[in-house]
Amino acid sequence: MGTELLLFYAFGAIAAAASLLVVLQRNPMHSVLLLIVSFCALAGLYIGLEAPFAAVVQIIIYAGAIMVLFLFVVMLLNAHREDEVDVGARPVRGPLRAGAVLAVVLVAELAWALVRAAGTRGGALFAGAGADPAALQSVRTLGNVLFTEYSLAFEVTSILIIVAMIGAVVLAKRES
Amino acid sequence: MVPLGHYLILSAILFGTGTIGVFLRRNVITVLLSIEVMLNAVNLAFIAFGRTMGSVDGQVIMFFVVTVAAAEAAVGLALVIALFRHRESLNPDMFTSLKW
Amino acid sequence: MLLLIPVLPFLGFLINLTLGRRLAKTVSGGVACLAMFGAFVVSAASVWSLVQMPPAERGVFLEVAPWIESGTLSLPFALRLDPLGSLMILVVTGIGFLIHVYSTAYMREERDSEYARYFSYLNLFAAFMLVLVLGASFPVMFVGWEGVGLCSYLLIGFWFTKTSASDAGKKAFIVNRIGDFGFLLGMFVVWTQFGSLDFQDVARLAGQLPPEATFGTISLATLLLFVGATGKSAQIPLHVWLPDAMEGPTPVSALIHAATMVTAGVYMIGRNAVLFGHAPETLAVVAAIGVATALMAGTIGLVQNDIKRVLAYSTVSQLGLMFVAMGVGAFAAGIFHLYTHAFFKALLFLGSGAVIHALAGEQDIRRMGGLRKELPITYWTFLTGALAISGVPFLSGFFSKDEILWKSFSGGHTFVWGVAVVASLLTAIYMFRLVFLTFHGEPPSAGSGVPAAGASHAVAGNDHDSGGGHLHDAPPAMAIVLVLLAIGSVFAGYIGVPAVIGGSNRIEHFLAPSFAAPGLEPGGEEGASPAEARGEMSHASEPKGEGGHTATGPANEEGDHDTELLLMAFSSGIALAGIGIAVFFFLRRRDAAARTAARFAGLHRLLLNKYYVDEVYDAAIVQPIKRTSDRALWRVVDAGLIDGSVNGAGSLVNGASAILRRLQTGSMRAYALSVFVGVVLILGYYVWR
Repeated sequence: MGTELLLFYAFGAIAAAASLLVVLQRNPMHSVLLLIVSFCALAGLYIGLEAPFAAVVQIIIYAGAIMVLFLFVVMLLNAHREDEVDVGARPVRGPLRAGAVLAVVLVAELAWALVRAAGTRGGALFAGAGADPAALQSVRTLGNVLFTEYSLAFEVTSILIIVAMIGAVVLAKRES
Repeated sequence: MVPLGHYLILSAILFGTGTIGVFLRRNVITVLLSIEVMLNAVNLAFIAFGRTMGSVDGQVIMFFVVTVAAAEAAVGLALVIALFRHRESLNPDMFTSLKW
Repeated sequence: MLLLIPVLPFLGFLINLTLGRRLAKTVSGGVACLAMFGAFVVSAASVWSLVQMPPAERGVFLEVAPWIESGTLSLPFALRLDPLGSLMILVVTGIGFLIHVYSTAYMREERDSEYARYFSYLNLFAAFMLVLVLGASFPVMFVGWEGVGLCSYLLIGFWFTKTSASDAGKKAFIVNRIGDFGFLLGMFVVWTQFGSLDFQDVARLAGQLPPEATFGTISLATLLLFVGATGKSAQIPLHVWLPDAMEGPTPVSALIHAATMVTAGVYMIGRNAVLFGHAPETLAVVAAIGVATALMAGTIGLVQNDIKRVLAYSTVSQLGLMFVAMGVGAFAAGIFHLYTHAFFKALLFLGSGAVIHALAGEQDIRRMGGLRKELPITYWTFLTGALAISGVPFLSGFFSKDEILWKSFSGGHTFVWGVAVVASLLTAIYMFRLVFLTFHGEPPSAGSGVPAAGASHAVAGNDHDSGGGHLHDAPPAMAIVLVLLAIGSVFAGYIGVPAVIGGSNRIEHFLAPSFAAPGLEPGGEEGASPAEARGEMSHASEPKGEGGHTATGPANEEGDHDTELLLMAFSSGIALAGIGIAVFFFLRRRDAAARTAARFAGLHRLLLNKYYVDEVYDAAIVQPIKRTSDRALWRVVDAGLIDGSVNGAGSLVNGASAILRRLQTGSMRAYALSVFVGVVLILGYYVWR
């Protein structure tokens, strides 16, 4: 018990800190790399939640593909430095401050709401015995469910990917 | 056992962090990164809830969210490239010509 | 068959309206005259068959079509022919036909399309007038009433390019409209009171009521109807349009403003004799206005210098006498005078038309003179008409006018009789002033504008502009008509020779059933009426209207006879005296006229300016309306309120959108913020719960 909690705090702290640094870093390249760290921490959390498939997917797709894409773009656009002052940019201070304040409010709200929701379930934090065997065969179960119950969503998602692909190609094409 | 509430609070913190990033950063790519952070926070919450309910649905949803995030990142970055070509700047506040 | 009477002229109207401009003048004029002649023949045939019926049943009813059917309200389009109607249709179609023939020559100088337009209007007028006369109920009569008003407008303003003509047309129409409003209100009151608008029904229902002692519903209804009559028949206070209406072509003045349309008011009262008979208050008003108008118009006519204006005021004055007859309950006498007046007034107008035609547009009698030798036919027919209108014994006018005077006197309305006598005197004076100044004496010198013989004829324009013309007498079409009308003026009166001098007063007997309440049989045919039965037995000098007269016993007959003969002699004397005065002032010693005018200069000016009635109306009514319309209605209501609210709505939207569009800052973050705010709020709401 204690180990799990400890591990949770560890990974949780890493994830939170990395995310915070992502937001605060000046260099976008550093932000991307820090985000990868955050993803790894989250993967660890998923394993703790007995969702190994989710953890692996997170690493492979998120950290492996998407972040690499981000890196490509960052390097392509030479965005190593963040421009402090852009001539002609309208400084939008109002939304910035309001947004920041609201973010804090949101966090508080969410936390409170979610905890209460969790609390009202009578403290049944983790379900009964059927959990462990299910987790061991999580991939099998996941595949089963994915291709039977959620097969429509699956197919639609494949269409979504194709569309996104086409869209990305069209948008990024150099006008000739 | 880690209480569900812990996971949820962590998720809330991550989400808030992402939101701050959206509002505060002056680099479009960093804004997109902040959005990814938010999506991850949501994934965490889903998995946690799935685990709590003993069903695999949480993971299914997370799976789809990741897929969508990937598509969205691809298109978003393509847009960034197109915008950069236009204005030579990555500051979102530079692109305000749709105002009244 | 009855339907053909108004339909034939209407067909003529349609033909001339559509094909007219492409037809030669002979054809379009011929079509119009043929239509009128056809209507006359059918009318004569209808009247003939009517006369064959026994007197108690003289009525032909024809429902043409159901017209307004709404709930319990049923107003069919129906025509009815009875003795009164038969006299009217003969007058309208007969004299109308003659005037159509006259017009073919008079209007010859117009372009083909204008010629056809003239005849189309003239035929349309005849059609509407016949509908008016034959209508079996108030609404049908009103259709005709409005229709003749329209045609009057069209024909007065026939030469609409001339401002004064189009103004006169508008004036006629608008003043008529005021009267029509009264007519409509009267119709509504009749409907409310009696539940029916059919003339026979109303007469029957009214006949069952006692005459009203005070001002009640019937008096209200009849008074409103009389307002309509004052408008249509140019009585005070709505008489102002008739003199201006002389802007129209002279045949129009003859037909519409002498013989037919203006008599519609008199006819309407005659048609509703029973109703009016039950409203003695209204009858008193009718007589009062009639006699006042007769006097006023007579005085004005005395000093006017335009030949047509004199005749116009004469018409107004004679109409006043007809209303006097109606007012004292002598309905048959009023209609009789209507009938004889149609002959000689039309004759006088057409004669004046011949004069104007010959003088190429000159209408001022001060510039005329000595035409007796140049225009013999015109002169002799005109003289006949003048003698008839003055009431010289044994011409038609004598019989009809005398009948009116006798009925007023014997009915006890001595004051009315007196004023009517004065009006008759004035009639004789101004008519013969006209005759002498126009036809007698010396032609004025060349400098005053009389054209020299041999100059070319003038082209079309307003009643032939002055310009050159050679003095020729009326062309055959016009001359024949003048002669026929002259014969009529002499002999037409013989259907009404009063019993006292040996006649049988056929017209009064003939018309009597129309003025009596029908029997108790519903709708349709005339039933036997007690009043009519009485009429057959008593002497001819008893009126059939409900003027409160009863058959006097034989003992008083002798006294009445003597009085009647005395009065007849008196009115003859008045007529001759009037002619004598005219002879003195205008034949023998013209300077005396000028000196009298100078001595009473103020009075002369007052009369010349028609008592300034038009000016008073203008100041009291027209100008305030104009000012109100301009300042209040236009500026405040229209421009301010209506435009303001419409424009205001627009500018309101404009302003609101100017404020709202600032939301679109173009900054992505601001949009993200708004989404975020929404999320927070919704979440907060659920947290609250």
